[in-house]
Amino acid sequence: MQRKRQAIRDHSAEANLFARRATIAFIIVVAMLGIVLNNLYSLQVTQFEDYQTRSNGNRIKVLPIAPNRGLIYDRNGVLLAENRPVFSLEVIPEEVEDIDKTLADLTALMGITSDELERFQSTLKGTRRFKPVALRTQLTEEEVALFSASKHKFPGVQIEARLARHYPYKETLTHALGYVARINKRDLQKLVEAGQEDNYAATHDIGKLGIEKYHEELLHGEVGYQQVEVNNQGRIIRVLSVEPPTPGKDIVLNLDLELQLEAQRIIDGMRGAVVVTDIKTGGVLALYSNPSYDPNLFVHGISSKNYSALLNSPDRPLINRATQGQYPPASTIKPHLGFVGLEEGVITKDYTITDTGRYKLPNVSHVWRDWRRWGHGKVDVSKAIEVSCDTYYYELAYKLGIDKISEAMYEFGFGDFTGIDLYEESDANMPSRGWKRARFNQPWYIGDTIPVGIGQSYWTTTPIQLNTSVNALINAGERYIPQIIRGYMNSDTSVDLIPLKSLRPIEIKNRDNLDVVLNAMRDVVSGEEGGARHAFADTPYDSAGKTGTAQLFTVGQNEKYDASKIDERLRDNAMYVGFAPFDDPEISVTVVLENVGGGSKNAAPVARQIMDFYFRDRVFDTNNEETVQNDLMLGVSQ
Amino acid sequence: MKRTTINPNKIGLLQRIHIDGWLLVGLLVLSGVGLFTLYSASGQDMEQMERQFIRLGFSFIVMFVLAQFPLGVYRFFSTYAYAGGLLMLIAVLLFGDMGKGAQRWLDLGFIRFQPSELMKLAVPMMVAWYISKFTLPPRSTHIMLGFALVVVPTILIAKQPDLGTSLLIASSGVFAIFLAGMSWRLISFVGALVGAFAPVMWFFLMKDYQKQRVLTFLNPESDPLGSGYHIIQSKIAIGSGGVDGKGWLQGTQSQLEFLPERHTDFIFSVFSEEFGLTGVMCLMAIYLFIILRGLIISSRAQDAYAKLLGGSITLTFFVYVFVNMGMVSGLLPVVGVPLPLVSFGGTSMVTLMAGFGILMAIATQKRLMSR
Repeated sequence: MQRKRQAIRDHSAEANLFARRATIAFIIVVAMLGIVLNNLYSLQVTQFEDYQTRSNGNRIKVLPIAPNRGLIYDRNGVLLAENRPVFSLEVIPEEVEDIDKTLADLTALMGITSDELERFQSTLKGTRRFKPVALRTQLTEEEVALFSASKHKFPGVQIEARLARHYPYKETLTHALGYVARINKRDLQKLVEAGQEDNYAATHDIGKLGIEKYHEELLHGEVGYQQVEVNNQGRIIRVLSVEPPTPGKDIVLNLDLELQLEAQRIIDGMRGAVVVTDIKTGGVLALYSNPSYDPNLFVHGISSKNYSALLNSPDRPLINRATQGQYPPASTIKPHLGFVGLEEGVITKDYTITDTGRYKLPNVSHVWRDWRRWGHGKVDVSKAIEVSCDTYYYELAYKLGIDKISEAMYEFGFGDFTGIDLYEESDANMPSRGWKRARFNQPWYIGDTIPVGIGQSYWTTTPIQLNTSVNALINAGERYIPQIIRGYMNSDTSVDLIPLKSLRPIEIKNRDNLDVVLNAMRDVVSGEEGGARHAFADTPYDSAGKTGTAQLFTVGQNEKYDASKIDERLRDNAMYVGFAPFDDPEISVTVVLENVGGGSKNAAPVARQIMDFYFRDRVFDTNNEETVQNDLMLGVSQ
Repeated sequence: MKRTTINPNKIGLLQRIHIDGWLLVGLLVLSGVGLFTLYSASGQDMEQMERQFIRLGFSFIVMFVLAQFPLGVYRFFSTYAYAGGLLMLIAVLLFGDMGKGAQRWLDLGFIRFQPSELMKLAVPMMVAWYISKFTLPPRSTHIMLGFALVVVPTILIAKQPDLGTSLLIASSGVFAIFLAGMSWRLISFVGALVGAFAPVMWFFLMKDYQKQRVLTFLNPESDPLGSGYHIIQSKIAIGSGGVDGKGWLQGTQSQLEFLPERHTDFIFSVFSEEFGLTGVMCLMAIYLFIILRGLIISSRAQDAYAKLLGGSITLTFFVYVFVNMGMVSGLLPVVGVPLPLVSFGGTSMVTLMAGFGILMAIATQKRLMSR
């Protein structure tokens, strides 16, 4: 049958039919390949740039490189803040499959504490998913080895070596140097506002306090970048290009580490502050507030236990007493007031009062008493400073009136920020009529003026402010802004000094007025009845100063009532302002000690020790003789 | 037959060993390009290169061996191969091994075997055999029966599920029927029928992962990290190749492993990335050359069976090329179809070359018969 069919087949017709169909098929093939080609053309030619960009976006990542933070030296080149390599265990949330399991496994392996976990969890919340979060900082070498051995089991977990700040002198410099710590949400927000977030893309820490914070911009440097090629796992295959970061500037401070250590040693165990400045430049040679604390605790994230201990300590170690502590200046401002009285002409250097230990205003029943109950007898302004006669100053305050006092003292810097390179500064308070009206909605009474004469009432100051005001007096009205920073350290260890900063000088009508009060300050130290004569007995250098004893004061606000402490906290603050050498003043020392008693007995000896230490290698033979002669002459004129 | 014996010198060596020279050259050039590309796509993996080389060698031997059989042998075995293949497909569904979530393998104890590969050849053989029993063009009833011969194995394979292979098998049968001269009216009718069948496929035959592929194909950017990732990365690879390409071994998408399945189904993306549109056009020219040669061979074949079988094999080869290029460039959904002779991969290459073996048999058969 098949053969029959075959017999009637028209082979050539079938061949033609097939050939036609095959041709059509081929045309369709070409057409369909044409469609594919058209599509490829659109991908490879029309959209080429788009896909090239996406391809590069796949493979090229730009990674920021953190600049090395600038180092901090003291004025003698001693390294105060250095960068040390530390290893930390970090988790990149994005790369971890099961974060809970990973944490549990890590806890089993490394013995992660619940504290660390807690801190980790809280940091995790505020961090972008691709940014590493530290689980444990400061790994020991054993821990590094332990983790490295089982690293493969923990994708997304890594050991990161980086440079971290270290403060070798610990609590000695905390209040001046400050510290750096991890950039937190608030810092980040500020950086964003300042347009600095890119610059900090790879940076771990930021200055949180002190010089580290104030000079953050200098110390930080500029971020660098590297372009890397990565594979689909994000692993870096090769580095395409590197733009190195610009390291932060190494800075040199005016601080003298040895002097600072000495200050710390001297007031150890007391609450208070010591400020030493270079009179000719305003440079801060020492700025120590006690008690202090170890700043290194903060660098790696302080534990909440340690932090609350610092925060809740009745001694308030977190407060920088040198710049934030607000104390009544007490008698330390008598030279200033005396000078203003002379300048204003309400007294002359020969004007005297008879001090009976009591001061009364006409038609006012209130009696103001001198610190010496029986008074000092007949005193002029010099004597009033030397013996710290209160009654004289009640009278002087009365004569000047609050407006003149406020105005003049504001010029000396009272009630205003000194502009020291620390953000932790208080402007304290110089009372005035306007201030009292604004603060208490009350008029200023004459009775308010009288205690202002002895630096009490509403008048408060900070040690750095007090120090700066004395310097203005010594410098005949020139006012330098106290500066902790001295300059930049070059690579060859030479130092580029930062120019001095000064404020508008105080206009002085008569230089003699200045000499009167400065000489009187010397009498405080070397006069027969000088308040600091015992403290400064037999110094090889010639110094001057003024003691102060302030009544009842507490640091900070919201202090809890504590019965067992109340007695101690109500005791007087001891104050001392002094400078030396007298003829060519170099350093100005301010001491404030809380609740230790009188300034002569407690603060002046501290200042003496500071000066002794500062001048320990100096020889002052001729000067001393001259000084004695001057003393005699003054004694005669009196 | 007489001519060959009378004048052996004119026939030549190739003719005597049943090889079509043009086709062989085309296949060798393509294999060479394939190896070159694979070297790059495998990430310079010499072990893979070796395996592919051995597999290619084996495939060429299979081609050579199959080219030696007279066409009568194929004609004779058409029905048996088809029936046997069908039985095995049913067996696979019942007892087959699971591999990657699909039942494709039949373990015969001594060899693991993919019956669907056999069907790639058995189906066109069967359809060609059946259609060529009658005069061309075939009548509607024959065509219907012919379609039935195609649909049954297609559905069985689609159920495994192996969409790519079922597509290839369906087209191989359909091509045979088309080439036989199925009327255009009927073609449009069947086309409409297939269109109506699509929803049935979607709801009853396709597995979730297949549906996902189709959905992803329609909008790859909707799931850039999931199933759309392949297509997106592939398009980036192709697009970033531009006109001139990034150069051999320089494709970043492939060398840095952004491209998935880069040495198997997506090897065309590697090729496009590294050699650009220029390279793609050359590669297409090679494919087109092979297809053209296959169609010429088929047209010159002496009888209808040979014509239909040869044409079907050739056009199915084209379907591989088209579907693969189409899917990696985002024109078609991702179905697992390799780029013939270029993709790294096993059984399909042997089957393809077996098909070319039959084509060679057809090519040389003609000359042996007197006009």
